[in-house]
Amino acid sequence: MTAAATRVLFDEPGPRGRARIRIATVVGLLLVAGLVALALYQFYKNGQLGRSRWLAFAQPAYLGFLAEGIRGTIIATVLAAVLSFPLGVVLALGRLSRNGVLRRVSTWYIELFRSIPLLLLIYAFLLALPRYGINLPILWKLVVPIVLVNVAVLAEIFRAGILVVDQGQSEAAAALGLREGQAMRSVILPQAVRLVVPTLVTQLVALLKDSTLGYVVSYPELMKQAQNLTVYTHLLVQTYLIVAGIYVVVNLLLSRFAVWLERRVGSRTSSRATRGQAAEPEGVPQTMA
Amino acid sequence: MHVVTDNLGFLLGGLLVTLELTVLGFVGALLLGTVLAVFRVSPVAPLRWVGAVYVEVLRNMPLLTLLILVVFGLPDIGITFSLFTSAALCMAGFGAAFVCEAVRGGINAVSVGQAEAARSLGFTFTQSLRYVILPPAFRTMVQPLVNIFIGVVLGSSLASAVGVSELTNRTQVLNLQSAEAVVLFLVSGAIYLAIALLGGAAGGALERRVSGGRAR
Repeated sequence: MTAAATRVLFDEPGPRGRARIRIATVVGLLLVAGLVALALYQFYKNGQLGRSRWLAFAQPAYLGFLAEGIRGTIIATVLAAVLSFPLGVVLALGRLSRNGVLRRVSTWYIELFRSIPLLLLIYAFLLALPRYGINLPILWKLVVPIVLVNVAVLAEIFRAGILVVDQGQSEAAAALGLREGQAMRSVILPQAVRLVVPTLVTQLVALLKDSTLGYVVSYPELMKQAQNLTVYTHLLVQTYLIVAGIYVVVNLLLSRFAVWLERRVGSRTSSRATRGQAAEPEGVPQTMA
Repeated sequence: MHVVTDNLGFLLGGLLVTLELTVLGFVGALLLGTVLAVFRVSPVAPLRWVGAVYVEVLRNMPLLTLLILVVFGLPDIGITFSLFTSAALCMAGFGAAFVCEAVRGGINAVSVGQAEAARSLGFTFTQSLRYVILPPAFRTMVQPLVNIFIGVVLGSSLASAVGVSELTNRTQVLNLQSAEAVVLFLVSGAIYLAIALLGGAAGGALERRVSGGRAR
């Protein structure tokens, strides 16, 4: 990727250019080293590098506390995924339906829920709805809003998948005497779903990020557990850096997995269909929460 | 509706904070993201690494985690900003990772042959950038950038979780004082919807302008 963009902007450097690049490389390395040193010095000056402040996290009690949080994060994420993926398919079919009312309602739903912040919805479930007698358990106050918002995003993903399946497929299904619903169920959807699997994995990253809002509803997922831990230990920077590291590593692995899947899917399905998918810039989620 | 009309000033003040966060965050993200994109395509290896590490870390970190690290973590190592500044810095820093990838994607979408042709014709670096590379690159970038803008609008609501008194936060505060909870949330939701739709419409208009009537 980098090489391609570099080739667009620059010619292959000559001897003098290469010398300049070498000098810039050394200067760049020194600058990076300087920045890292500065950051470490800030930590040191404020006494945040002390051995005990980091080794504390090797204790089983601390690890267990964070592990409990990871368990909560996994439960919330998996639950949200399991609920929103099928609902996303349904909403996508609604938006593609021939029935005008159904189509319009689905479109409105998608536009609305892609444009309001998840946190606002969570506050509504947390603070407003209980007054009208709708008082869900804490886990569901987190999961239901996540599902409501993500269904809209997923519907667009599935719709894109359905639209890139070759027209000939549904014509062939019709020629074989399949009714429209049958063709969708047994011919179009299976191919569409396979095409969007990499995007669905990317969407898992978004769901995982959304689950951090458990911090707001006091559901004990990783962020909330981290906060609870800092109340006892006061190891603030350390705890949150470790937690951030966990999120980055897990999400990085998921993103890489998505790229790998995309390459595999790309080599196995008809080229026309996959072009449309591959052109999709990887990892630009709608909700940046 | 009383709760809305009685507290109109309070809510509008929150909207103003949301808009400030959005504008500062998005403009900051555009600037920093472009610099990072330059880093990522530069022939100097350490700069490329800095760009790559920045993008991978920030894109994979939940925004709330970043906000909490900056707002509550930085003071622990002796760096203190005001709450609003911290939140704006987070929005800019977070958005920049996505802007960087959008800009890089735009440049990548220009075919190498066109850039080489420009250089063979004797265009200088700036000329080929100005007349050959940037116009098509920008066309590819508009849609992702609009998505990032909406992401920043919606993301700014997370600042309320660390105590910034913006629209979402004020909605929730008013909700505790009044009995008309649902109306409040509907109004706030409608405001966010309006901002997102306006942003999308502006993006669409921009896209039509830069594509110069060409069907894309």
